Amino acid sequence: MSHSQTRLSLREVDHVARLARLDLEPDERERLALQLGLVLEYVGRLAEVDLEGVEPTIQARTNVFREDQPAPTLSPEVALANAPARQGDYFRIPRILEED
Amino acid sequence: MSAPEAASMAFETVIGLEVHAELATRTKLFCGCPNRYGAPPNSAVCPVCLGLPGVLPVPNRRAVELLILAGRALGCEIAGVSKFDRKNYFYPDMPKNFQTSQYDRPLAEHGALEFEVGSRVHRVRIHRIHLEEDAGKSVHVAEGRQEVAGRLGDSDFTLVDYNRAGVPLLEIVSEPDLRAPDEAAAYLETLRDLLRWLEVSDCKMEEGSLRCDANVSLRPVGSLALGTKVEIKNMNSFRSVSSALAYEVVRQRELLEKGDRVLQETRTWDEERGVTVSMRGKEHAHDYRYFPEPDLAALVVDRQWLDRVDASIPELPAARARRYRQDPGLTPAQASWLTSSRSQADFFEAAGATLEVVTWMANELSRLARESGLEITQGRLLPKALSEVLALVEQGTISNKGGRELLEHLFREGGEPAELVQSLGLAQISGEEALQEEVLAVLREHPQAVEEFRSGKDKALNVLVGQLMKRTRGRANPQVARRLLEQAALQDEEG
Repeated sequence: MSHSQTRLSLREVDHVARLARLDLEPDERERLALQLGLVLEYVGRLAEVDLEGVEPTIQARTNVFREDQPAPTLSPEVALANAPARQGDYFRIPRILEED
Repeated sequence: MSAPEAASMAFETVIGLEVHAELATRTKLFCGCPNRYGAPPNSAVCPVCLGLPGVLPVPNRRAVELLILAGRALGCEIAGVSKFDRKNYFYPDMPKNFQTSQYDRPLAEHGALEFEVGSRVHRVRIHRIHLEEDAGKSVHVAEGRQEVAGRLGDSDFTLVDYNRAGVPLLEIVSEPDLRAPDEAAAYLETLRDLLRWLEVSDCKMEEGSLRCDANVSLRPVGSLALGTKVEIKNMNSFRSVSSALAYEVVRQRELLEKGDRVLQETRTWDEERGVTVSMRGKEHAHDYRYFPEPDLAALVVDRQWLDRVDASIPELPAARARRYRQDPGLTPAQASWLTSSRSQADFFEAAGATLEVVTWMANELSRLARESGLEITQGRLLPKALSEVLALVEQGTISNKGGRELLEHLFREGGEPAELVQSLGLAQISGEEALQEEVLAVLREHPQAVEEFRSGKDKALNVLVGQLMKRTRGRANPQVARRLLEQAALQDEEG
């Protein structure tokens, strides 16, 4: 199978990169367009299986629950121990900009 | 359509609501951190709700059960098999970079809620109810000032508190069956009352445990197709729901009448300025890439579980209101007021469920509760004590005024009504013997009024009754006093 059929379009790569907050160099875009296409093609083989009349499996297990009982929490000190910045007991992060 | 054509056209408003309610569980949805409003920042967190690597979420059984309860009370079908999904987005209030929610297999679907506006009954279909986790809380801070959820562009930095991250939420999505802003507000109030009644959520809009977004569109009357819808966010009170929707309806109508188009977008309600404002760019960035949550088992609700929940559904407010209208014959307004809260309705029943009881609750008790910033049922007055007070008034042991005084004391301090009648000196003097001496004293001291009464001026008797009440500091039974004074005044004349 030729690579040109397998590739993702550069538009698709850019879209996925933006959703994942990745800045790609031009050569990375090219490489990923091919690699992601190959991954999708590989996974796409599953679509060849005949599933007529088969209920989709959500999970092998069902109804794993915990009771509504409080468990120990972390202290703010521990919770914030690895925070790059804090103010009082809050995580302090760069200002949030609206997406354009 | 052309502008003149549109201008002459009548439009119909179409509204659907998305309501989020925080569930009244003790702990969060996927971890044992306390679900508590107002705790110090980042004090109710653990590796699971902070999204640290390698943790395993486990659903809270109670949260699932509360959703089923709400779903059944709203007439929904409960899915036999349901699941959780990841909704992926980057925002610092979600430390995992995804929100665990339900996408294509919600727990509940196809219900309805009925409510009245004026005397008209409305029925709004419920599209779906699903379970999801709440996000943390961000405080956007601008240089030199602090502002909660203000305009983001102004912020210099953001402070994040993850106590709310992972708190269980119901999302209740209605069908676009609402036709006016006041209908939408009435639907929301009825829904709130129901969720509180079921103890599913405390539904405090001011604390954010009840939140509401709306989809609003207009279409020419008679048209079945829906117009372009606009999503309205940031309506933080019942009043702002009504005003934001009313504003938006006018805004859209004016656009359409000019022959312009309504843009499909998300707008935020600016309470201060009383307008909706476009949140540009937000909507087309929404590509959530939902996929089934691999760390959580499927939810299977079998017949047995459903039966157990059904058996636990209390008599619902609408049914109670109907019952009260038949017996003891409350007015629709009284019945709906009483059943706006379960504790209030239960109080009414425990106090004897009579017309007298509702009158005293609606007047005296409501006033006392308002003055102390409490609910009627939060004072120290027990329902049994209310029925005792009413019996004391009925028997004439205390006057109406004495009853009000006693009730006030009971509401603020509590106590035994019969004992308080003695210790507060509220007992009416109804015994003729006990009053006789006072009656004669009044006649002696007011010969002129007696004379006037004897010569046919009936009004003079009022003066004598007033004097007697004064002597007994209001404790004389006025009917008995009147009869005794009348008899004595006339007898004296004969004698």
